[in-house]
Amino acid sequence: MEFFISQVLSGISLGGQYALIAIGYTMVYGILRLINFAHGDVFMVAGLFMIYLSSSLPVFVSVPLVIILTVALGFIIERAAYKPLRSAPRMSVMISAIGVSYLLQNLALYATGGQPKTYTTIPFISKTIKILGAPTRIVTVITPVLVIVLIVILTLLINHTKIGIAMRAVAKDFETSQLMGVKINSVISITFIIGSFLAAVGSLLYFTNYPTVVPLSGAMPGLKAFVAAVFGGIGSVPGAVIGAFIIGICETLIKGTDFSVFSDAFTVALLIVILGVKPTGMCGEKVTEKV
Amino acid sequence: MSNNVLHIENMTMQFGGVVAVNGLSLDVPEGKIIALIGPNGAGKTTAFNCITGLYEPTNGLIEFMDKPMIRNHPTGKMKRNYKGKNPADYLGKALSPTPDKITERGIARTFQNIRLWKSMTVFENVLVAKHMRAKQNFLSATFRTNAKEEKRMREETMALLVEQGLDKYKDDLATSLPYGLQRRLEIARALASEPKLLLLDEPAAGMNPQETQELADFIKEIREKYNLTIFLIEHHMDLVMKISDYIYVIDFGSKIAEGKPEEIQTNQRVIDAYLGVVEDE
Amino acid sequence: MKKNKKAFNKGSLITLLIIAAVLVLTVVLENTINANSLLFTVIRKSAVYSLVAVSMNLLNGFTGLFSLGQAGFMLLGAYTYAILTIPSDTRESIYYLFQGSSFNFSFVDLFSSVFGQQGAGKTVSLISGVLLAIICAGIVAAVFAYLIGLPVLRLKSDYLAIATLGFAEILRAIFQWDKLGKVTNGANALRGYPTFADFNITNANGQIVFRLASFVPLLIAGICIFIIVLLINSSYGRAFKAVRDDEISAEAMGISLAKHKSLSFCISSFFAGVGGALFAMFASTVQAKTFTSAMTYEILLIVVIGGIGSVSGSCIASFLYIACSEWWLRFLDNTQYIGGKQVPLLRNGFRMVVFSVIIMIVVLFFRKGIMGDKELPDLFNRLLNRKKKVTVKEGTENE
Repeated sequence: MEFFISQVLSGISLGGQYALIAIGYTMVYGILRLINFAHGDVFMVAGLFMIYLSSSLPVFVSVPLVIILTVALGFIIERAAYKPLRSAPRMSVMISAIGVSYLLQNLALYATGGQPKTYTTIPFISKTIKILGAPTRIVTVITPVLVIVLIVILTLLINHTKIGIAMRAVAKDFETSQLMGVKINSVISITFIIGSFLAAVGSLLYFTNYPTVVPLSGAMPGLKAFVAAVFGGIGSVPGAVIGAFIIGICETLIKGTDFSVFSDAFTVALLIVILGVKPTGMCGEKVTEKV
Repeated sequence: MSNNVLHIENMTMQFGGVVAVNGLSLDVPEGKIIALIGPNGAGKTTAFNCITGLYEPTNGLIEFMDKPMIRNHPTGKMKRNYKGKNPADYLGKALSPTPDKITERGIARTFQNIRLWKSMTVFENVLVAKHMRAKQNFLSATFRTNAKEEKRMREETMALLVEQGLDKYKDDLATSLPYGLQRRLEIARALASEPKLLLLDEPAAGMNPQETQELADFIKEIREKYNLTIFLIEHHMDLVMKISDYIYVIDFGSKIAEGKPEEIQTNQRVIDAYLGVVEDE
Repeated sequence: MKKNKKAFNKGSLITLLIIAAVLVLTVVLENTINANSLLFTVIRKSAVYSLVAVSMNLLNGFTGLFSLGQAGFMLLGAYTYAILTIPSDTRESIYYLFQGSSFNFSFVDLFSSVFGQQGAGKTVSLISGVLLAIICAGIVAAVFAYLIGLPVLRLKSDYLAIATLGFAEILRAIFQWDKLGKVTNGANALRGYPTFADFNITNANGQIVFRLASFVPLLIAGICIFIIVLLINSSYGRAFKAVRDDEISAEAMGISLAKHKSLSFCISSFFAGVGGALFAMFASTVQAKTFTSAMTYEILLIVVIGGIGSVSGSCIASFLYIACSEWWLRFLDNTQYIGGKQVPLLRNGFRMVVFSVIIMIVVLFFRKGIMGDKELPDLFNRLLNRKKKVTVKEGTENE
């Protein structure tokens, strides 16, 4: 029973971390119709930032610095790799995203020299506590709370601010909103900034539970977060969050059984099933192609 | 046995809350030219898309050559509304073949906004339409043991291009042709699939009166030559009145009138639909 | 019109001559200069990558299906090849962690029991065993592709990409699973199967008298690519292009999307599987952890650099890519000194960074790649025609 509780708890926590990444995917996809393959790697780079910064700076300085650097990275990637291709076919943008992912992985490989880097222990959240008799870390409890707070803020931002309205307009119809005077580029930049910010927070929480960061650390969480975004209906923030929690919980439960190898397989199988049964996901809107 | 090539009964197409086609019933008799007209947004192209399998109708039966081709009757609606002769046709399970299966049976179409294959030449565009009926598989095609079949396809394609006057453009990219010729190429491509019924979606769109006149003759000509039945959507009323044997008029997805051209011209409901009704005089 | 056709043949002829020249040159060089030169590693590896890149191009460039499962199919091919050809007597030692393999036969052994183990019999059994195993590698990959394709090919372009990528990752995880250790040797490497070096002709003392180790991969990859070119230029190839250009009108013209997409996916995977088998022969060990998504990205980038929709582009690009990464840019990975001063930044991994920057530049600013969607014969024809025009012009000027 204790085992089960601790499994569920860490599942919720993992789900929250996926949710933070998934929002980045879902918002970018909603606006640019682009699977940002580099997003998982931005997440990984945020982990490396933390390792390098905290080796010389105290935690309360390095944490905000990590977030700022990651946001800057996301912003630069968009400006350098996606903006020049605004009018190009979608496939070119996707290839560019893959190129960025490849570049980030190689940069990470260069920086780390191929050695797994031990992740910094962030003092407060790494502490072990007991919940219902099950030992767990504080991060496990903090994650869902933090996720919910951030999502409430994000939802308010999207629904009640001018930039939020612009975002929704661009997601609905790119060309028309451009014609109506919406500054597309700044909307897209802000989308990337929000996405990277959340990925940075997610990375701080995620890597606390894992001993090391390697250049490929971002790939699998990235894929799962993307599946979560699809599961919830791509373009929908609440959908992505719900999807992420479901995937996180299922994954940890499967990991607790003999078939732990299939915990990753489960995610992909889930993707296929959703797309086969309900391609628009739980909260997505149906689009009929006009002929 | 009727002489209808196409028989549509009670076809409804619903997108969420929008009913694009509502309980449409019509017949297309063999060898005739039948027109489907209506104001913009009346659901004409949607009807075509249902017939060619691009959309799956929410409800209704479409028979081709007296055999059920597409059938859908959620919650038994079809049965309740049915007033026709062959109840057996309606009781079977839902049928929704993919567009290629429908083309294989002998229905070919053109598109309102021309959809040619843009990276291919004029010749290749027509040649690809022959692919479906060629006797070959990917191994025989790869290792060239289908040489005879390939030669036949090429010869037939060439003959078709010569006939349509497109042979001198044969190595040009399809999209480099002028608009009128692109429409003609689309028809040639449809003919290459050896159809019995040809659906033309606004074949005269963007043509001047002179070209429209030529098109009218051309449509009649191919009907004779290929033994075709033609079902068309058109906005050029002079063309419609001139060539069609029978006309169906729809508005807001429902049929509002049908009849011979001269009957439609004087039909008050049709005039209202096109010009709008003047309210309280 | 007739002239055009003639010119077409000329262009193809030149291309064929170049290919033949490359093959001959490879054999000659291999037997004259130092056989350990990096050049031969590059030739072998780029032959393998050409085949895989062309197979990916068939899918991405000619059918318009954006799939990222290539590394997964290579993995299947490599493992199938290795498992089917490891000699029975060495299995015990390779699978020592799992107390032997659950398969205890090998194609090469099978054939040598028929043709004999000495002299010509040995050669024949080696060649037929290896070929049969390579074909099996392709078939296994194609069968998997068919099964995966049933649900996946109905997806839209970008979803397809992520689903195939996911499948490749799963395959990698499953092949490292301990419970399959009797078949896959778990996370450990498979080795001891015939590699390219086994094709060098030796005399009775085991000394190499004639080297073919680079010629063989070139030849196999060349034949496979030739078959793909034949397919692309056939009725089915045209149907694939129709699907790529416009799915809706292709379907309206009687081309079954499900059938043609699945066909293209299976054929592409077949050759990716063959490519995987060749990769196994190149690398002389097979380990699941090599077939990462980075490998797929590498192949995709080769396709992009060569030009999406150009077979010859893919081949040229894979040679350039492999030559740069394995040979010409090698120096970037080692600390260098110029005039006694250490050049900054140069150390292990810098090569790949420079390399990915170059790739990003190509992707962003030279989107058409080296060849665009043209092929080498087209290029030669254009050159020939231009020359002709020039001579005609000169002719008129003289008059």
